[in-house]
Amino acid sequence: MIEAINEALDISMAKDPDVVVMGEDVGYFGGVFRCTAGLQEKYGKTRVFDTPISECGIIAVAVGMGAYGLRPVPEIQFADYIYPGLDQLISEAARLRYRSAGEYIAPMTVRSPFGGGIFGGQTHSQSPEAIFAHVAGLKTVIPATPYDAKGLLISAIEDNDPVIFFEPKRIYNGPFSGYYDKPVQPWKKFDASIVPEGHYKIPLGKARLATEGEELTIIAYGTMVHVVEAVCAEKGVEADIIDLRTIVPLDIETIEASVKKTGRCLIVHEATRTAGFGAELSALVTERCFYHLEAPVERVTGFDTPYPHSLEWAYFPGPVRIGEALDKILSE
Amino acid sequence: MADRPPAEGDRTAAKAGDNRPALSLHVPEPKFRPGDTVDFSHIEVPEAGAQPRPDETTDPKDMRDFAYGLIRVLGDDHKAHGPWDPKLDPETLRTMLGHMAMTRAFDERMFRGQRQGKTSFYMKCTGEEATSVSASMALAGDDMIFPSYRQQGILIQRGYPMIEMINQIYSNKGDKLKGRQLPIMYSSREHSFFSISGNLATQTPQAVGWAMASAIKGDSRIAATWVGEGSTAEGDFHSACLFATVYNAPVILNVVNNQWAISSFSGFAGAERATFAARGLGYGIASLRVDGNDPLACYAAEQWAATRARANAGPTVIEFFSYRAEGHSTSDDPSGYRSAQERDEWPLGDPVMRLKNHLIAIGEWDEERQQAMDLEAAEYVKKTTKEAEANGILGHGLHHPFRTMFEDVFEELPWHLQEQAEQAIRERETKFPGGLDL
Ligand SMILES: Cc1ncc(C[n+]2csc(CCOP(=O)(O)OP(=O)(O)O)c2C)c(N)n1
Repeated sequence: MIEAINEALDISMAKDPDVVVMGEDVGYFGGVFRCTAGLQEKYGKTRVFDTPISECGIIAVAVGMGAYGLRPVPEIQFADYIYPGLDQLISEAARLRYRSAGEYIAPMTVRSPFGGGIFGGQTHSQSPEAIFAHVAGLKTVIPATPYDAKGLLISAIEDNDPVIFFEPKRIYNGPFSGYYDKPVQPWKKFDASIVPEGHYKIPLGKARLATEGEELTIIAYGTMVHVVEAVCAEKGVEADIIDLRTIVPLDIETIEASVKKTGRCLIVHEATRTAGFGAELSALVTERCFYHLEAPVERVTGFDTPYPHSLEWAYFPGPVRIGEALDKILSE
Repeated sequence: MADRPPAEGDRTAAKAGDNRPALSLHVPEPKFRPGDTVDFSHIEVPEAGAQPRPDETTDPKDMRDFAYGLIRVLGDDHKAHGPWDPKLDPETLRTMLGHMAMTRAFDERMFRGQRQGKTSFYMKCTGEEATSVSASMALAGDDMIFPSYRQQGILIQRGYPMIEMINQIYSNKGDKLKGRQLPIMYSSREHSFFSISGNLATQTPQAVGWAMASAIKGDSRIAATWVGEGSTAEGDFHSACLFATVYNAPVILNVVNNQWAISSFSGFAGAERATFAARGLGYGIASLRVDGNDPLACYAAEQWAATRARANAGPTVIEFFSYRAEGHSTSDDPSGYRSAQERDEWPLGDPVMRLKNHLIAIGEWDEERQQAMDLEAAEYVKKTTKEAEANGILGHGLHHPFRTMFEDVFEELPWHLQEQAEQAIRERETKFPGGLDL
C-alpha cells in the first residue's frame, strides 16, 4: 500500500504542477513510513519539502496555498498528532468555501497514517475519523487495499474540497487477519491488491462490496475489512462485507440495499465506541431499514479507553469480539 | 466594486509576467548528507571562560549576547575557566560523572533489549547526558520537572529506582503505569517528574502553569521543562514563552538543540535565522545559549536560571547546543539522511569524556577508576534488567490483568466501561480457556 500511495503522489505531481507535498520528514528522507520516497529527487525541493514540527502551521499554510491555487498534500506523521492543527482544519479549511460563498477554496488532502496494531501506544494508534465526520465541509477517506489507496488518493488530490486521507498503517505492508501472531502476507499475493499502472480514480463516496453473502451485512473500513473477511471465512459466514472507503460522503445506497437484502447488520471499527462513526451508521440503518431488520444493529469497536501499550491485543476488536457479535446477531 | 474596470496604472491589477522580479521559495538544506565529508568549521566555538556572567536579576534587554554566544567552562586543557565555573567539589563532580556513565550504560542495555524483542521501542540520549544529568543536579530535588522523552538522565540523577524504569520499558506486570504508556514514557510524582506525553511540546506550557501555581500559592518550588529544538516549532512552545513572560513565572525552559529532529535538521525549526535561545528574547525572557556537551556549563546555566526564578526575577530560556550521536529512536536509521562522519566531527566532543578528562586533569580521577566505574554501571544495569525480566517482557503474558485497562479512564468506572471490561475478560477466557490472571 505504501508503494501505491507513493505512485498516486507521483502521478498527481507529474500531471499537475500545482500539487505540492509537505510534512515532517517527507522530503529528503521520504517520510518515516517511506510514502513520499523519491519524490523530492524527482520534483525538487519547492514541491516536496520538510516542514517545521507544527501541525497547526502545516495545515494553516496548506489553507493559504490552496487559496493561491495550489493543491497541497500535507502529511501529518501520525493521526494522533493532527489535533494541534484541528482549529485550522475545522474552523478554517472546512468552512472556507462556505463562508466565502465559493470565492475561496481549500483543495488540500491531509494524509495521515492511523489506527493501531503496531504497539504504538496511546499516541501512535488512534483512529480519530469520527471527529472529522462530525465537521461539515470535510471529506474523510480510508482505503483498505493498495488498489483503492491509489485510486482514492488521486481522487482526493483532484477534489476541490479539503480531504482527510487516513492510511491504516497496520495494513501498509499487507492485509491483516486479526491474529497478531500470524505473519502478514505481502500485498502482492492478493488479487485485490493488484495496482494498475498509470492514472485511475475511484470516486469518493462509493463503497466497495468486498464479499457478497445472504446472511448479514457487515460494514467496515480500513484494517477491519480484512479482519472481518478472515473471521467470516473461518466461521463459514456468508456476508455482504461493505468496505466503505469514504465515510464522508457516505455511500448510503449500497448500505441500504444490502441491509434490506440480508435483514441484519453488524458495524465494525477500531475507534472507541461512544459517539464513534458506528453510532452514526447504526442510526442511519435503523432509520432507513427498520422494517427489514430481523435483529438489532450491532457494533464491534475498540473500547472507550485510551489505546493501551501492552494490552493492545485485548483492546483491538479482533476475531473473538467479532465472532461473538456474529453469533449473537445470527441467532436472533 | 468588482464590476468597475481597473484604472490605468492600477498596481492591484498587475498580473504575473509584469516586469517585477519572480519570487523564489527558500527551503533549508543541511550542510551534509550521507557520503559527504563533514566540516564543522562554520560553528563558532568561543574560548572556554570567555563569556561574562551577568547577575541573575539582569534585565533581558541587556542579555542579547547571551542568546547568541555559547557559554563554555571546560577548555581544551580540560580545566575549568571563567566566571561560569560553578566551582563544584570533586565529590560532586564524580557523582555527576557517575550518573552520566550510568545513563549511558542504561541506554546501551535497553537499546539491545529492544533489538532482542523485549520491548517495542527505545530512545537513547547518547551525547546529551549533560543536558539532563548536570542540569538537573543544579535544581532542588523537589523542583518540578516537565520532561520530554530524552531525559532519562534526570530520573537516574534523582535516584528513581532503575527497576521501575525497566519495568515501564518492558510494559510488564511490575510497570506501575500498568503497561499503558509507550516504553520510556515514565512518570514519577514522588520524584517530581511529570508524566511524559508523546505529543511534542505539550509539556512546556504545562510547566509554566505549574510554576504559576507555585507562585500563586507562595510556594518555593520552581518548574523546569525540556523540549527538543525541533519541537519548539509547535505552537505550545510559543504559548509557554508568552505565559511565562506575562506572569513572570518561576520556570526554566530548556531547549535541547541536538541538531536533528528525526531526519529534519534544525533549519526546519528556524535555526538558520536565529538561535533557539534567541526565541526567548522576543518575549522579554532572559536567554542563555550553552555548550550542551560541557557538563559544568550546563550545571552553571541551570543554576543561574534557578536562582533567577527563586528570586522572583522571572523565567529563563536555555538552549543546550549539543548533538544527537545516535539515531532518533530504535525505529530510525540516521545513515539514510546524515553523514556518518558527523558524530566524530562534532566540535564540542562527548560530555562524558570531557568530564572524565577534567577530573583527571585536576588530579581527582584516573583511567582505572573510570574503567571500574563503567564496569560497575554495566553490571548494575545488567543485574537490574534481570530482576525486571522476572516481571515479564512485552507481549509475554506477564502483563497487567485485563480489567486494569479500564481503570483510571475516570476516577470511577461508569456503566459502559464496566460492560466493556466484562467483555474483555470474556474474550480472554475464550482465547485462553482457564488461562492467566484476568
Ligand atoms: C505533535 C507531534 N508531532 C509529531 C510527532 C512525531 N515526532 C516524534 S519525535 C519527533 C522529532 C522531535 O525532534 P526534537 O524536538 O528535535 O527532539 P529530539 O528527538 O531531537 O530530541 C517527531 C516529529 C510527535 N510525537 N508529536
